[in-house]
Amino acid sequence: MSDHADIDKTVRTYFMVFGALMVGTGATVGAYYLDVSVPVALAIGLFIASVKASLVACYFMHLIAEKRLIYWVLLLTVAFFIALMALPLLTSVIDQAGHFTSSGAPAAH
Amino acid sequence: MEIPYTVEAHPETGLNNGKIGIWLFLTSEVMLFGALFATFIMLRIGSDGEWAHMQAEAELNIPLATINTAVLIASSLTMVMAWASLVRGQLNKFRLFGWLTVGCGAIFLVIKYFEYTAKFAHDHFPSSNTYLAIYFTMTGLHALHVIGGMAWNAYFTGPGSKLFHTNRQWLTDRVEHSGLFWHFVDLVWIFLFPVFYLL
Repeated sequence: MSDHADIDKTVRTYFMVFGALMVGTGATVGAYYLDVSVPVALAIGLFIASVKASLVACYFMHLIAEKRLIYWVLLLTVAFFIALMALPLLTSVIDQAGHFTSSGAPAAH
Repeated sequence: MEIPYTVEAHPETGLNNGKIGIWLFLTSEVMLFGALFATFIMLRIGSDGEWAHMQAEAELNIPLATINTAVLIASSLTMVMAWASLVRGQLNKFRLFGWLTVGCGAIFLVIKYFEYTAKFAHDHFPSSNTYLAIYFTMTGLHALHVIGGMAWNAYFTGPGSKLFHTNRQWLTDRVEHSGLFWHFVDLVWIFLFPVFYLL
């Protein structure tokens, strides 16, 4: 990333990403005032946040042109992160299905 | 004994020590905030419909949080501009953008201070309810990261910038690594903002 010849082009990209992030912030706030259900609002909000986060990671954090080892480390992190996020959701699904009691034993019907 | 690969890349990984170190640190940070986001999900799911009531009662200030989001995004831009200035060999511009980054962090914290004191004035404390508990925990931890990032950037922009005259590439790499931390702090806020204030 430290090639002098490319730095002017890189700086222009930074400003474009900055503009996109500001627009994304406006869109996030705008979506708040839409008359939609909570799940739809959640989906819209998290989608915009994910796009913004991807822009920061790819361009500001230089992940778009990083070494392979970093990608592998991040892939492993993403796998653990997804597992971490899935645990509470899985617990909720099991709880709502009513198949298990809090002790883990099958519920009596 | 000289430590190898502080500036030059390791031939097998193509990375120097600092770059590997900061990314490993950031992965641990992902799991730290990930655990808190998972906690947030569990609390929200288990709130039995009380969440919206607690959220409305907390009266979070959306305009102030929007300004804070813009400030952090602007600070990410000044951070990469500081790094780009070093690549171009422009020490004064690097210092300008470096201090602008630290200044944006200070503005963020001042706005956060006003938000917190407004909550305390209305007897809204972490102990008030689960919504405020997780709100103060996550935004407080994030604010501590902002303070850490400011200290890190202030050092390299101030006394640490002397390295420019003896080993410019090392300083450039160090600023890139501190920038990676700063952008991560920005990235976390990008999720905290909609999750707490808007959804």
